[in-house]
Amino acid sequence: MSASAHAPEDAPARKRSVVRSLLRLWPYVRPVRVRLFTAAGVAIVAAGMSLVFPLVLGWIVDGPIADGDTGGVLAGGLLLLVVGLAEALLFGFRRWLVARPLAGVEAAMRADIYRHVQRLPVAFHDRWPSGQLLSRATGDLTQLRMFLAFPLTFLVVNATMIVVGCGLLLHQDRVLGLVVIAPVIPLIVVCLVFERHYSVASRRSQDQIGDLTTVVEESVLGIRIIKGFGRHRSQARAFRELSQRLRSTELRKSRLLGAIMAVIYGLPEFFLGGALVLGVLRVADGSITAGTLVAFMAVALALRWPVESMGFLLALCNEAATATDRYFEVMDEPLPADDPPSPAAGAAARAAAASPGPGAAGGMRFENVTFRFPDAPPGTPPVLDGIDLHIRPGETMALVGGTGSGKTTLINLVPRLHEVTSGRITLDGEDIAALSRAQVRQRVAVAFEEPTLFSATVRENVLMGAEEAGSREFARALRVSQADDFVAALPAGPETQVGEQGMSLSGGQRQRLALARAVVGRPPFLVLDDPLSALDVHTEARVEAALREVLADTTALVVAHRPSTVLLADRVALLSGGRIAAVGTHNELLNSSDEYRYLLTGETRGALVR
Amino acid sequence: MSTTVEEKDRPRQSGATPSGGGPAGPAEAAGPAPGTGGGTAAGESDGFDQDLLPAPRNAPRRLLLSLVRPHRATVALAAVLLLLQQAAVQAGPLLVAIAIDRAVPAAAGGDYGPVTAVALVYLACAAGSGVLLYGFITVSARACQGLLLDLRGRIYRQAQALSLDFHDRYTSGRLISRSTSDVQSLRDLMDEGLQELVIVTVSVVYIVALLCYLDIGLGGAALFSFVPLALLVRGFRRRSGVLFSRRSSAIATVIVKFNETLNGIRPVQAFRRERRNDEEFRTLNKHHERVNGGTILELARFVVTSRLIANTVTAGVVLWGAYRVAEGELALGVLAAGALYLRRLYDPLDRFAMILNYYESATASLHKIAGLLAQRPDVPEPERPVTLPGRPADRPGREVVFEDVSFSYRTGGEVLPRFSLTLRAGETTAVVGATGAGKSTLAKLLARFYDPTGGRVLMDGTDLRELTTPELRRGVVMVTQEAFLFSGTVAENIALGKPDATREEIEAAARAIGAHEFITALPEGYDTDVRKRGGRISAGQRQLVAFARVLLADPSVVILDEATSSLDIPGEKAVQRAMATALRGRTALVIAHRLSTVVTAHRVLVMSAGRIIEDGSPAGLIADGDGQFSDLHRAWRDSLV
Repeated sequence: MSASAHAPEDAPARKRSVVRSLLRLWPYVRPVRVRLFTAAGVAIVAAGMSLVFPLVLGWIVDGPIADGDTGGVLAGGLLLLVVGLAEALLFGFRRWLVARPLAGVEAAMRADIYRHVQRLPVAFHDRWPSGQLLSRATGDLTQLRMFLAFPLTFLVVNATMIVVGCGLLLHQDRVLGLVVIAPVIPLIVVCLVFERHYSVASRRSQDQIGDLTTVVEESVLGIRIIKGFGRHRSQARAFRELSQRLRSTELRKSRLLGAIMAVIYGLPEFFLGGALVLGVLRVADGSITAGTLVAFMAVALALRWPVESMGFLLALCNEAATATDRYFEVMDEPLPADDPPSPAAGAAARAAAASPGPGAAGGMRFENVTFRFPDAPPGTPPVLDGIDLHIRPGETMALVGGTGSGKTTLINLVPRLHEVTSGRITLDGEDIAALSRAQVRQRVAVAFEEPTLFSATVRENVLMGAEEAGSREFARALRVSQADDFVAALPAGPETQVGEQGMSLSGGQRQRLALARAVVGRPPFLVLDDPLSALDVHTEARVEAALREVLADTTALVVAHRPSTVLLADRVALLSGGRIAAVGTHNELLNSSDEYRYLLTGETRGALVR
Repeated sequence: MSTTVEEKDRPRQSGATPSGGGPAGPAEAAGPAPGTGGGTAAGESDGFDQDLLPAPRNAPRRLLLSLVRPHRATVALAAVLLLLQQAAVQAGPLLVAIAIDRAVPAAAGGDYGPVTAVALVYLACAAGSGVLLYGFITVSARACQGLLLDLRGRIYRQAQALSLDFHDRYTSGRLISRSTSDVQSLRDLMDEGLQELVIVTVSVVYIVALLCYLDIGLGGAALFSFVPLALLVRGFRRRSGVLFSRRSSAIATVIVKFNETLNGIRPVQAFRRERRNDEEFRTLNKHHERVNGGTILELARFVVTSRLIANTVTAGVVLWGAYRVAEGELALGVLAAGALYLRRLYDPLDRFAMILNYYESATASLHKIAGLLAQRPDVPEPERPVTLPGRPADRPGREVVFEDVSFSYRTGGEVLPRFSLTLRAGETTAVVGATGAGKSTLAKLLARFYDPTGGRVLMDGTDLRELTTPELRRGVVMVTQEAFLFSGTVAENIALGKPDATREEIEAAARAIGAHEFITALPEGYDTDVRKRGGRISAGQRQLVAFARVLLADPSVVILDEATSSLDIPGEKAVQRAMATALRGRTALVIAHRLSTVVTAHRVLVMSAGRIIEDGSPAGLIADGDGQFSDLHRAWRDSLV
């Protein structure tokens, strides 16, 4: 999982315009534009103060000091003080102007991306590792805030400073001015070139850190296997090689950095030295005053930072543009159209669906359903191919199939976590595609194979299934999933915090809470993915008994791997190679289908069921 | 220079992007202090519910010293380079003073010697400062990278050496963030903070010294100005510490919420949580926005105040100096140089905020790392290792004896009271019992993931503690429920059991376990990268790969800890077949809650509350009628109809 393997971001580096990328931030910046522009103006004035400072100094030297004018010296000193205070206060004012508004911009962008990813289809999440999304919602956004607060403003400010400063220098003395200004443009160019090389090296070291992190992660997550097989050495070797490679990249980076710093700090000194010598000669021959030389040197020194910074300010613009691209890469993912195309069309579809007569089409019905992953390369066979299945109202259907036969994919279609490629699924005669997702999900409750608990209390986790349910319903749901005993034994009972931030529960306990979550709202349709797999024999038997009552009047589809789970169902559907191969009762299929018997007993034909 | 703080105040991009993704405890990756509690825990905790493990008070400093020691020559060289470089840099204004006071009059008098001297010295200083800076940056990078390499290695080796008991309690997220974000924050300190700090300190000392040399009054004034500045820094440090940690816990809650939503996206969507989540997220996000804004403002306040002090002092000193020049007590050039030096003196002030930020977060990280490194591995390597006696071809299994073994956690709490047990060579023994009965502990003692508190575990008469890890792993292999695949191909993952295995051996192992079909159906068969797209491998299939590893490793003792629970029935049967054929004659300890696995064993142990309460052949125990195993078996038979 090296950084370079993150599929989504490494699309061939398309030609992009930094400016165009950054302009996309405008909708977020717009609400704070007045403050941001004011702040930039204030910054220019404040920066101007640091240029005024040397001028005042020069004036003091040439005027009052030379004349021995005490009052003039006092006035000059006060002026210096005023300029200094103004500089400090103006810079402070600038920061105050943008601090809260830009924190607001960052928060607004973060809230938007959160809202967006929450609603993106599951297929998107299968493709994007959560770490990638997280880094776009945190690191990249922080970077953008910094960019708006600092480089953006100072690109303008420093450019102004350089122009004004050069004007001042030339005004003070044309020859000296030219000598000092000579390196400005080359220096900016050199900085840019170095920055580019440096960012390549940085990128490489980031990738290597990513690889190293992967090795560390794996050797921690797979510690049982490494210890179990005594494989410390090979992992350690991989780790050592990677960390040494990282070290040499870092050293190369430091050489680049050293070179650029040497140029940035050294080069202007040469010209300043030249200007100083020239200045001394001209003061000596009387063509300029000592005050002018002092002021000149001070202005030249004050201009150093704006010049030096141009290179990395431009590089930061580049980085900010990348961050913007990364952010909008996620935001540009289209949300699935949620509601039926138009109310009229929805109603028409509903009417059409209802036409065959409610009785015949009741329950859950798959009609010629085909599914192919949206990102599957063309030419691969569909995962599900022409599924026809009817679960009658109140009936429980077990779904049995070998590993990789598409069971989990099939049940994800019902709550529209994936969308059918063709065909349709109806609930009590209504095509789920004609309902909004929210409506579908209101009718269908799901217990997933991987039971996920959120950082909240047990009660909140269970009631997630039905907010309006009361404590009677909650107690009933816990009883059905046989979770009431262990929940009562938790430190704070149902109010105990669980999930990442709370108590960790065993797999079986989590599975039982996930089951409770599915049944708490008494949904008309229930989809359960191997709901008892993590339970021990005793608990399994008790959950089964309680679940049977719930299933009696619920239309349910239950993925099953074991006979005990199959026995919850009225009928069984055998899924094989993406098609429904057979439907019948457990005993019928045991007798009629070799594959079914193999899957549930492990025996091939002829052998007795033990 | 007055505006660099904001930009520098963040960890650099390289640190802010969780490049590996994954479960790297992002809550902790977010910032310096864990925010949760600061200091040491109150009450009963042993440090595991927090990030701080017990470590001697001076452990962080000792750790740092031990890391620096091997590089002390390099560090010294870097220091010398920096001292020389700063001398060259700070010569500038002094040369301006000399030029104005000496060279100008001399040149006016036709003597160009001083001008030439100033020109040459200035040139030498310019070249010197550039070259020396290059030297300093590369040399200090060498020291710094060497130190980080060493630190990373130490954390890694420590994590590998510590027992599984430790791993279970410390959690993988924390270990990963120790070796990533905590190392990173130390690195940030050295890259950005320490280097800056050293440069700032050296230049401040030089400048003050030069000012004193130019004029003792100017120097004194500059020194005096440090009193209010020091007070300011102290106040800022106190307030910012609180603010920074508040901000990092605020972003941590945002990150946890974000991550939790993404990892549970299926239930989130299926149970229509989006709107509720939006609201909860808004609360957390708003909180972070407020705290974040407050922190930035605090920083602004510091920068403005320090600037105000600095500019006031500069104006005051210049004013005073101007009077003295007018009175003739001070040379004009000295005043000019003094003013230039004062501007430089206060330039680095705002960077203090950033350095403090890095410093605080690095100290917190170092503390956590030191705590981790201070843990003693409780399953040490033997001092005088022995080898196992060779096993005869006709008897591949080994006899295992638990001799007066007992086990309790270090925190107290006895898991297994004293017992003795012999597993005969070549026999399969199944262990059943409720959760928490001690089954897994028994298995882990045999795999030497733990050492017994009392008694010995012997394999063919040799104490497990006397075997080296490779020797032990040739003897005992344990397969657990969680089948983790390492990045790499399927073949490489199977070959983990025997690194020098040929492709034929790998395929034979996969065939024997019934994994060959699904592997060949993968896009690139055995060469499919398990982390790439298209390598969608289900839990059951991962488990089969894990079993293929065992077949290849060919141990004399096999332990299966709930290893078949994620397999479907055909998978389970395949494993049983493989045990009966490929691993025939091995000693096996099987923990399972599926009775189908248990009834094929030679012998069954029923455990309850750490004790073995039933022991016998499956048939014997079933015939017994009123034992626990017989009850279980009846329930299971009923479920099969």
